[in-house]
Amino acid sequence: MRDLSVINELNVDFMGIRRPAVVLSGVVLTLCILAMLLRGFNFGLDFTGGTVLEVGYQDPAELSDVRAALEAKGFTGATVQHFGARTDVLIRLSPEQGEEASAQVSEQVFQALSQAAEGRVELRRVEFVGPQVGEQLREQGGLAVLFALIGILVYVAVRFEWRFAVGAVVALIHDVIFTVGIFALFQIPFDLTVLAAVLAVIGYSLNDTIVIFDRIRENFRKMRKGTVIDITNVSINQTLSRTIVTSGTTLLVLLALYIFGGEAISGFSLALIIGVLVGTYSTIFVATAAVILLGVSRADLLPTPKEGVETGGTLP
Amino acid sequence: MNQYPLWKNLLIIGVVLGSLLLAVPNLSSQDPSIEITPARGSEITEASVGEVRAVLENAGVPFKRVETREGGKLLARFPTSGDQLRGQEAIERALSERYRTALTLSADLPNWVRALGLNPMSMGLDLRGGIYVVIDVDMEAALDQALERYVGDIRTQLRDRKIRYLTVVRDGSRILIKLNDAAARDAAERALSREFRDLDIQSLEEGGDLLIAAALPPPQQEQIRSFALEQNITTLRNRVNALGVAEPSIARQGDRRIVVQLPGAQDPGRLKEILGATATLEYRLVDTENSVADALEGRVPVGSRLYRERDGRPILLNRRVIVTGDQITDASAGFDSQTGSPAVFVNLDGQGARRMRAITTENVGKPMAVVFIENQTTTEVVDGEAVKRTRKVEEVISVATIREPFGRRFQTTGLDSSNEAHNLALLLRSGALAAPIQIVEERTIGPSLGQDNIDQGFRSVMMGLALVLVFMALYYRVFGLVANVVLVVNLVMIVAILSLLQATLTLPGIAGIVLTVGMAVDANVLIYERIREEIRNGNSPQASIHAGFDKALSTIVDANVTTLIAAVVLFSFGTGPIKGFAVTLFIGILTSMFTAILGSRALINLIYGGRRVKKLAI
Repeated sequence: MRDLSVINELNVDFMGIRRPAVVLSGVVLTLCILAMLLRGFNFGLDFTGGTVLEVGYQDPAELSDVRAALEAKGFTGATVQHFGARTDVLIRLSPEQGEEASAQVSEQVFQALSQAAEGRVELRRVEFVGPQVGEQLREQGGLAVLFALIGILVYVAVRFEWRFAVGAVVALIHDVIFTVGIFALFQIPFDLTVLAAVLAVIGYSLNDTIVIFDRIRENFRKMRKGTVIDITNVSINQTLSRTIVTSGTTLLVLLALYIFGGEAISGFSLALIIGVLVGTYSTIFVATAAVILLGVSRADLLPTPKEGVETGGTLP
Repeated sequence: MNQYPLWKNLLIIGVVLGSLLLAVPNLSSQDPSIEITPARGSEITEASVGEVRAVLENAGVPFKRVETREGGKLLARFPTSGDQLRGQEAIERALSERYRTALTLSADLPNWVRALGLNPMSMGLDLRGGIYVVIDVDMEAALDQALERYVGDIRTQLRDRKIRYLTVVRDGSRILIKLNDAAARDAAERALSREFRDLDIQSLEEGGDLLIAAALPPPQQEQIRSFALEQNITTLRNRVNALGVAEPSIARQGDRRIVVQLPGAQDPGRLKEILGATATLEYRLVDTENSVADALEGRVPVGSRLYRERDGRPILLNRRVIVTGDQITDASAGFDSQTGSPAVFVNLDGQGARRMRAITTENVGKPMAVVFIENQTTTEVVDGEAVKRTRKVEEVISVATIREPFGRRFQTTGLDSSNEAHNLALLLRSGALAAPIQIVEERTIGPSLGQDNIDQGFRSVMMGLALVLVFMALYYRVFGLVANVVLVVNLVMIVAILSLLQATLTLPGIAGIVLTVGMAVDANVLIYERIREEIRNGNSPQASIHAGFDKALSTIVDANVTTLIAAVVLFSFGTGPIKGFAVTLFIGILTSMFTAILGSRALINLIYGGRRVKKLAI
């Protein structure tokens, strides 16, 4: 497949369009933050607390019938929706519904449905999360993201240089806000698995960033000519085929997961798909642009010169 | 050039073979099974196998095998979970007197695998079905109870030593003792300091009152808390075991939570009823000397208390308890031989039996009452805040005349149904909870959903893998095939390590594996792109291979370490399902580094190493 290797011969001036890219990122991020502030998240049960029942009917079920059966027993305001198939129904009760948010509610609900359907319904799943647990999870989730970022900041600062660490973390924050913002904008349910996906996105996007940083560092040491921007451009172009291939294979499996993995992890795979796409973009346009903006210079990455060994290279 | 020393090749072959061996048990089918254990007073014998088999055959339930297991158990295997449920029904109907049954999932391992002690991955509840419950232990209540006990003990102590006091009351987290004069206070302080070494005892004056304050120092409070948690875990374990579930797991989580996991269990209602129940019994003499009517008007005699019977009638009982539920060592449900009404047969410990005998001897002909006590906890949401309310229900379930003295063993009637008798016996047997508990999280997965999750997870792993394999083979040709071989080996290694660690595989865990498949090729891609670059720069094929692996190494390590950081954070902050994802991601990254760096190098050396190569198929 020699023809696919064409990517290697390209020499795109990525850094030339970094300003429009920064503007684009800025606009999109503002939208995302606005969506988070104005619309908020469609938090899943894990975070809000409440009760979810998944029931499987033997025949396709009408949602209105299910609602009627629930209302007859006093469960008004329950969210009722199909889950994956026409025969599967998901019922969600928020903690305020029903006089007590006790674990008993699920039984009463299932009994009500079972009576209405004359037993032709099967309980597939019950989840009850107490309000105090949900609150803890929200706090823990935020902390997890924070600690992941700090750990990464430290590692990159040690292995590279502080400007690179800052650049990497700025890109990661960009990715997190974008991914999470999409979930807020379209009100896609945000549950525990989505949080896990966001953390995995951090890992993935960073992976991508490190590969390019690594090449920039190498080229700074190797190429004696060219400006910082030139070298960055060359580095991005040299690693471009790898970037595309790896993103591509990861996206392939994520698509398989999204299509075949079932409803339970569709949010997870969707978050990762968004994250991989934006992570690839941010590596090129956000992480490296930030490093340049912070004024990285060749000297920052050169190994400390040993006296007598350095043979007076010509610095531009 | 490009040849590995023999030991390196052997090491890689060894690791791969070892992984294959460890992964083998996962090929066995997971049979829906019933675990059969003997009930009290009976045992599993050789004949039991035939017995169970006969019952299943008679009921026309298809089954694969009935086999004996270690620890005096039987295991009946079924082809489908429907057969399993019908099988359980049949066995329960015919043999429930002597055997207990529990649903489980059991791998049908070949004998040699079993002999090597190898096991398949253990599957999480979301894959095999079951109940997961998180229980919160009310630590404040545990401390309250401890303080209440101290209040009682201090009163007794002062009385015994004839030290006159005005009041002993609880004031928040301390106990205040009010005394008449300084002499009494000094005497009391000396006595209490000697007697209650674990309390912090201080004299003080407030508003002209002479006081002693007794407080629990933090280490003691901590001890009470951790004792309450441990005691509750023991009690819950007893209760869960009595329910008959195979492989239950009860574990502490943090400093006030308990996680109960019951694979295969299908009745969350009964579980919650049993776990949260606090029912116990108290035996008291009936106060026959004072009038109930007076008590109803508020003039309750000093030594008595007003109770209600189940039908609401008021009754006066002695304040002093004869025996409490703590002194009951064993209890079983049955029926009263004369009336046929549900009854609980109770055994007392030595102390309780002596007391019971002494009091019944003195009071022949007088009535004795049995009080049924239950704490009911409910959570209500008030103004968006969850508020817990605990209500103590005390009912007199039976009043009977003491016909003759009795001691260690007797029966109690007055229960509503045989079901209630059954539950009460179970609760008395398993001991009381040291502190009230509340279920704060519950997840029940039905068996059909579990199977769906397995199928969907398996399908997405396979589809993702197939897509990546095809792409790599097309894009990198021979090198792509090498990447594919190591990718499959990588999958085998993940499964092997999960089996070895007996880590729990969950649905997010499968997602972690899928993700690893996508990311594992990254290392190969990095290496191959480097090799292509080297070739473009005009280097010889052998030199290009060498330089490609060399230069990509630090990039691969850096890139993977950062993902490892994310996995570790996920593991330490995550609960249940997230942990599963973190574990597979972590393992996947490590194995992929091994396979991509060492494994693919070995294969490529094998193909191209040590000879003149004109062109690489990359």
